[in-house]
Amino acid sequence: MGLHMPRGTLIVCLLIVGALALLPLLESRYLIDLATEIMVYALFALSLNVIIGFSGNVSFGHAAYFAIGGYVNAILLTTYGWPLWLSFPAAVVLSALAAAFVAYFCTRLTDIYFAMLTLAFSMLVWAIAFKWRSVTGGDDGFVGVAVPAFIDSRVPFFYFTLVIVTGSIALLWTICHSAFGQALVAVRENLTRAGFIGVNTRMMRGLAFVVAGTFAGVAGAIFAMYNRGVYTESAFWTESAQVLIMTLLGGMYSFFGPAIGAAVLYILERFANEYTEYWPTVAGLILLVIVLVLPEGLVGLARRIGARLVRRSGA
Amino acid sequence: MSVLETRGLVKDFGGFVAINDVSFTLDHAQKHAIIGPNGAGKTTFFNLITGHLEPSRGTVRFDGREITGMPPHRIVKLGLARSFQRINIFPRMTVWQNIQTALIARDGKHFNMLIAGASQNRQETSELLDLVSLDTESDEIAGELSYGKQKQLELAIALAENPSVLLLDEPTAGMSPQETRDAIALIDQIAVTRQLTLLFTEHDMNVVFGIADRISVLHHGELIASGEPEEVRTDAEVRRVYLGENEHAAA
Repeated sequence: MGLHMPRGTLIVCLLIVGALALLPLLESRYLIDLATEIMVYALFALSLNVIIGFSGNVSFGHAAYFAIGGYVNAILLTTYGWPLWLSFPAAVVLSALAAAFVAYFCTRLTDIYFAMLTLAFSMLVWAIAFKWRSVTGGDDGFVGVAVPAFIDSRVPFFYFTLVIVTGSIALLWTICHSAFGQALVAVRENLTRAGFIGVNTRMMRGLAFVVAGTFAGVAGAIFAMYNRGVYTESAFWTESAQVLIMTLLGGMYSFFGPAIGAAVLYILERFANEYTEYWPTVAGLILLVIVLVLPEGLVGLARRIGARLVRRSGA
Repeated sequence: MSVLETRGLVKDFGGFVAINDVSFTLDHAQKHAIIGPNGAGKTTFFNLITGHLEPSRGTVRFDGREITGMPPHRIVKLGLARSFQRINIFPRMTVWQNIQTALIARDGKHFNMLIAGASQNRQETSELLDLVSLDTESDEIAGELSYGKQKQLELAIALAENPSVLLLDEPTAGMSPQETRDAIALIDQIAVTRQLTLLFTEHDMNVVFGIADRISVLHHGELIASGEPEEVRTDAEVRRVYLGENEHAAA
C-alpha cells in the first residue's frame, strides 16, 4: 500500500496541512473553531462521495452514520466511562456495521429506490435517537460529553482533529484510487458491462456504502466531542441534504471536490447567518445554481475555465 | 467436443415466447454464427446464455457444468465472455482504464482497496491495446472515440477476460464496409491465435459465410436449422424464411 498521489496534488495537500498546523499561531478562536468544523464536514462530504461520485448511487440518508458515530462515541465515553482509544474505534465500527446492514438491503435496488431506502433507514436512526431518551437524551440531546483531558481544550482538540482527518482522507484517497476504486468507477459508468467483466456489482456498491459509512462515523465521532454533545438533528434528513449539497457544490467527479464544497458552503453559511435568518433559502438557491449550471460543481467549473485558458493561449 | 450446450431453453416474456425450446450445441474451436431475421431472438438467446436474463425453462451448460441462472459476473469467470450489439463500454474512463479495469476484474483484484489501480496489469493493458490497434488512443476518453473504435474497444474488453468462448453480438453493426472488413479480419486472427471458440450473431451474410464454419438459424425463437454453411445455404426452410427474403429484397 502507499499514497500514490501525483506530485502536484501531494504538494498542495502538504501545504494545506502545513498551513493548518500553523493556524493556532494566529491565536484566533474563531478561526480555529471554523477550521475544526470545516475539517469534520470535509471528511463527511468526502465519505459521501464514495457512494455518489465513485459508485454512482445517491444517498439521502448519509447523516445516519455521522450520527451513529457521534452518539456511540459520546455514550461510551460518558455513560460507560470508556477510554477514547476504545470508544472511538467502537463508534467507527458500529457506523460501519450499520452501513453494512443498510447496504445489504439498498444494493438490491438502484437509482431513486436506492436513494429512498437510504432516506428511510436514516429516519429510523433519527427516530431511535429521538425516542430512546434514557440512552440518547431524546430531543434534549446527549449533552455533557466527557471529552478526555488531553484534548479538552481548543488547540489540542484542533490538532487531534487535524491528525485524524488527514489520516482518514489519506486512507480514503488510497481506497478511491485502488484497484477497488477503479472498478467502482466502472460500476458507476456502466453497471451491466461491469457485471460482464466479472465484477460483482452489488457487492462493490455495498462495499462503497460501508466505506462511506465508516468515514462518516469518524467525522461524527469527532464532532460529538467538539460540540460536547450530540443532538437528534445530526441524524435528520436536513443534515443528509446539507452534506449532499456540499458534495455536489464541490464536484462529485473529483476526489477533493466535496472537501472544497464543504469549506465553501460552511463559510457561506457563516456569512449568511450574519445578514439573514433565511439560510435555507440561500442554500436552496445554491442548489439551484449547481443543478442548472454547475453539474460538475466548482471543480468542474475550474477545469472548464482552465481548459478554455489553455486553448486560448494555444491559439 | 461441446463447450456450450442448451437444452429445451425457453424464455417467455409474459406471454411472448422469445425463445422456444432451443437445444443448441457449440463445439470447441468452432466459429459458429447464429442468424435469423430481426426479432428472431438472437440477442435474447445470448442474454440467456450469459446470465443477463434467466430462462423460463431449460438448462445452459458450459464446459460440462450447469450455469443456468448464474449471475453474469460468475459466468464470465468461467471463461465465457461477450461483447454487445450496442456499444457497451465505460464512457467517461480513458481507453486505457477501460482495459485495465477489465484485467483487474479478471484477476479478482477489484475488492482490493489498498493496491493502486493505476499500476495494475500495465504490460497486458498495452498489449491488448496494440492488438486492437488502439495504442495511440490510450489516453482518450472512451466515450469520445469514433463508433468503429468504440467497437474495437468493446472487443478488447471482452478479450481482457481471457475467455475460452467469446460471444459477439453483431460485432460489425453500424460499421462502414471498410470497418467491417477490418473488424472481421481482426476477429478471425484473434480467434486463431488465442484458440477461441466463437459464437456470433450477424446480419451481413458476407461476413457470416466468410468466417463461420457452422451456422444455426433462429426464426420466431425456434432453432430451425443448424449445420455447415453449405447445408444451411441450401436448406429449403431456411431459404424460405430468411435467405430467400434477403435475395428477394436485393433483387
